Amino acid sequence: MSDRALLVVRSGALTTVQDLGRPGNAHLGVPRSGALDPPAAALVNRLVGNPPGAAVLETTLNGCAVRPRRTVTVAVGGAPGPVTVGGRAAPWGAPVTVPAGEVLEVGAATAGVRGYLAVSGGIAVEPVLGSRATDLLSGLGPAPLTDGTVLPLGPPAGPPERVDAVPQPMPPAELVLRVTLGPRADWFTPGAVRDLATRAYRVSTAGNRIGLRTEGPALERARHGELPSEGMVLGAVQVPPDGRPVVFLADHPTTGGYPVIAVVRSADLPAAAQAVPGTPVRFVPVGRR
Amino acid sequence: MRALPVGDDALLVEVSSGTEARALHAELARRRAEGSLVVREIVPAARTVLLDGLADPARWTAELTGSRIPPAPPRARALLELPVRYDGPDLAAVAAHWGVAEREVARVHAGTEFTVAFCGFAPGFGYLTGLPARYDVPRRATPRTTVPAGAVALAGPYTGVYPRSSPGGWQLIGTTDAVLWDHTWTPAALLSPGTRVRFVPAEDV
Repeated sequence: MSDRALLVVRSGALTTVQDLGRPGNAHLGVPRSGALDPPAAALVNRLVGNPPGAAVLETTLNGCAVRPRRTVTVAVGGAPGPVTVGGRAAPWGAPVTVPAGEVLEVGAATAGVRGYLAVSGGIAVEPVLGSRATDLLSGLGPAPLTDGTVLPLGPPAGPPERVDAVPQPMPPAELVLRVTLGPRADWFTPGAVRDLATRAYRVSTAGNRIGLRTEGPALERARHGELPSEGMVLGAVQVPPDGRPVVFLADHPTTGGYPVIAVVRSADLPAAAQAVPGTPVRFVPVGRR
Repeated sequence: MRALPVGDDALLVEVSSGTEARALHAELARRRAEGSLVVREIVPAARTVLLDGLADPARWTAELTGSRIPPAPPRARALLELPVRYDGPDLAAVAAHWGVAEREVARVHAGTEFTVAFCGFAPGFGYLTGLPARYDVPRRATPRTTVPAGAVALAGPYTGVYPRSSPGGWQLIGTTDAVLWDHTWTPAALLSPGTRVRFVPAEDV
């Protein structure tokens, strides 16, 4: 392999390759996938001079460590945390040069869940249906990283952004999710719709890239029986038989048979991707635009 | 037909039967091909078609609610033949549900022309309709942790073929050596919505 490559020294709890995903294939049963916090992924790409669609690494809670074979520019964003290069402190949220053979360590997040690491040139694994994203539901794209994985890098597209640091939103202390009701709000009792809008929920530990799971009052169904499988959207608030709402994230199934009581505004989903387990969640019904 | 708003930029168009859903999907695909419908995803399912990523959902709500959908053109697609061996571990259970001999399950299944109604569950997993309602079977009480790739299976009104090894709760009646999914193909799935399928047994049944 050429020296345009990155060795994974420490893969962390769950580190995947992500980009803008593979929308447009849902009718074949293919999830959209892609970065859970797209603005954070876009920002780190911009900082290193990559186009918005370049593939980055998405880390989960405890970061990762990589060693480039040639000198690269990197940027770390999303969930904030310590960054070191060759053991020396380096800035978070800004372009950083990593000399060939030195280790870039992205430490445990001090807030939030998903960190993003962009490398100049982008992660250049083979695309599948136009995307390099790892889809944990269907298994498309590269497997989650393991220690010792070698990732190819693309040729740098442009010069890194000439900035010291850029503001990034902090992970939420309270997750406020604006929702539009439906399409299946009528499968629930009026009390359940009121509960969703007024009661306190918390982010459960059981969430993943497929969905943000919540703990809180079970939502009572007005209609029982099975809903024939129907198409699902990003941000759908699906209610499984246990009554606890699940917010669908990028790797969500394309069809499902549990009723969707509401849909989260897409602008609120990056914060959902950064909400640590235990974070209070409020669902706030809003009108359609 | 009614159109249920889904978030800010999607519509779930609901009809009253699988046949109508197929016709609606064919019509929406036609409108997209001719350029009058601009949308990111058209996702057919059992009784619905989802339009996701619409610029103007309100306009389409009005347009679809007032319109009549022509029936799906019956022979629009070539017939795909899938080789099959009726050797599944649930063949006896399905025969018992149907109240027939195992050989009769194979004869009926191989004598049916199927259509891929929609995909879901996994990339390239098609939900095929075509069997009369009296042949509906329940899912297995306990799903298997591993179903092999190529397993031909029944659940409810549907026939499906597992594109790759996965957990699964459907009743397995046979096996095919056909490759169902290859991401280098366009489309990547052998079975996409609207595809007509016939299962051809390896030996006479």
